[in-house]
Amino acid sequence: MNHLDLLTFARGDALNWALILFAAGVVLRLFEIFGLGRKADLAKPRTNSPGSGWRTVFTRSLPPQGLLKREPVTYVGGYVFHLGLFATILFFAPHIEFFDDLFGISWPNLPSALVDASAVASIVALCVLLAHRITNPVKRMLSGFGDYLAWALTLLPLLTGYLAFHHLLFEYTLMLSLHLFSVELLLVLLPFTKLFHTFSVFISRWYNGDIFGRKGTAS
Amino acid sequence: MSATLAKGINSFKEVIDTPIASFFSSCVHCGLCAEACLFYTETGDAKYTPIHKLEPLRRVWQQEYTLFGKLGKTLGLSKPVTDAELEAWEPLVYDSCTLCGRCAMVCPVGNDLTYMIRKMREGMAASGHAPEDLVGATTRAVTIGSPMGIKWPAVLAQIKHVQNETGIEVPVEKEGAYYLVLMSSMEIINFPEYLSALSRIFKQTGVSWTLAQDAFEATNSGIQIGASDLAREIVSRIVVAAERLKVKCVISPECGHAFTALRWEGPNLIGRPFGFEVKHILEVLDELHTAGRLKTKGKDKRPLTYHDPCQIARRGGVVEQPRRLLNEVASDFREMPDAGVMNWCCGGGGGVSANSRAEPLRLQVFKHKKEQIEATGTQTLITACANCRIVMEEGLEHHHMKVEVIGLTELLAQYLVEDNTP
Repeated sequence: MNHLDLLTFARGDALNWALILFAAGVVLRLFEIFGLGRKADLAKPRTNSPGSGWRTVFTRSLPPQGLLKREPVTYVGGYVFHLGLFATILFFAPHIEFFDDLFGISWPNLPSALVDASAVASIVALCVLLAHRITNPVKRMLSGFGDYLAWALTLLPLLTGYLAFHHLLFEYTLMLSLHLFSVELLLVLLPFTKLFHTFSVFISRWYNGDIFGRKGTAS
Repeated sequence: MSATLAKGINSFKEVIDTPIASFFSSCVHCGLCAEACLFYTETGDAKYTPIHKLEPLRRVWQQEYTLFGKLGKTLGLSKPVTDAELEAWEPLVYDSCTLCGRCAMVCPVGNDLTYMIRKMREGMAASGHAPEDLVGATTRAVTIGSPMGIKWPAVLAQIKHVQNETGIEVPVEKEGAYYLVLMSSMEIINFPEYLSALSRIFKQTGVSWTLAQDAFEATNSGIQIGASDLAREIVSRIVVAAERLKVKCVISPECGHAFTALRWEGPNLIGRPFGFEVKHILEVLDELHTAGRLKTKGKDKRPLTYHDPCQIARRGGVVEQPRRLLNEVASDFREMPDAGVMNWCCGGGGGVSANSRAEPLRLQVFKHKKEQIEATGTQTLITACANCRIVMEEGLEHHHMKVEVIGLTELLAQYLVEDNTP
């Protein structure tokens, strides 16, 4: 199998299977969560606050008072990583073309140099956050294999993408194949690692906002 | 597996619902909850990280309610929850969590960790891993009627004392009264000022109220220890009395968890909505004040500050009311840093103050409250929870601080415009 065959496989069968497994995994995890259900709250809410769950989905993205100062690495690192990652995934011209091929929708892209900078920022943030995870006593105690696996799964697509874009390390076709494989690995494992927060964060924040909203103190 | 452990694990399985599954699914192990927790910030010990306190519950969720967890369990690859582990976790779940809810306000993925600890305690209690003192308090609450072992004659003695002091009759078992007034054991034993202040305020405002002989105690150690069946029994007494006396509203006293037990958990414990309202005393006083019925004269000139009890403010939604009332009777009211919904706990909520094993830790973490009070430069501390009050009095004494603690209802009564005509 030459490099071109490999890329064809990465773009074809491998991608299709990864997408199928990803979708099945997400559906399964959502079913596991919602299948449990919750009892209706019989206590009369303090105020009728429709939408307080949805508001918290957004407001919880901001640091609460005093916390930014206490944990600057987690907050700044977290913002830089997430924003850099989203910019790279969603606004890199070849990615938009890829989504266009797949779903038939497209949108304006960002200049490649800017996306490149976002990816680098994101990679740097990931490295800083890993160092913090290892040195901070709380994070180190909380961390297990799953945390380091999730870190590696997230780093690989960024790193291989960066290397492919700059024609570094391996021949371009091979590097691009590796980039696709790393994305496919991420897709397959995402539902079964903490990376599933990509989806469940909307659920957990919603419940938080709903619970506090009924008491009249939703953030 | 021992029978009690099996009961505990079953109880863990029963309490896990969609919110809890979503919370565990979302946790990214960022550790920010530690920064919101008094027990971590004041000790620097990582084991007090709130999400870590939930580890046994998390594993039961993973092993029972996720495909791969179940697979791992079947293949014998996962670490089962053991008696020894729950025993080791008992001090984390009970001694170093006051159910204050600060972590739930900061978690970036929105986990309500307090909701989870409250539920986890059900399994801890069922497996025989609840603190001895809390077991004792709960047993007394169920058998005697009060966690501190107080019976009606003690209340009656206080009623007589209050009547002699104020010359106002304290109504008992008055059918058709608008309000049913509850108290906490702490108020009955340590702070008789509360009942006296209420009698005077209600006389001046022309409010009809009553006490009930079989439902005077508002506290509910069932929700602190995590025994919903007992919590239901305790709360039912109040419901039965309120319905028998046909009151419109039950007033929860200056007590934090009593408000949570009755206002938020009560209907869910008995399985139906209440036919009456439940209000915290500060809500009632604020309504009377806003309606122009509660009139005060003069202002306290001392610089003073207010401690928000967690269950009243953050988890109860009573935040503005005490401030409106305080500004009415105090000319130099100063807010603490982080006041309101982000206030720091006194360190003794959620059953911690009733747990003698936790005392050294509780006094250690009081440091934060000490700093908050010092930042205001005041020597008068107002609050609206008798438990916070006694915990803070002990903490202040331990740290050699000359600060007086006063209940807000009592302070208001001092500036009440009274019509002394008989």
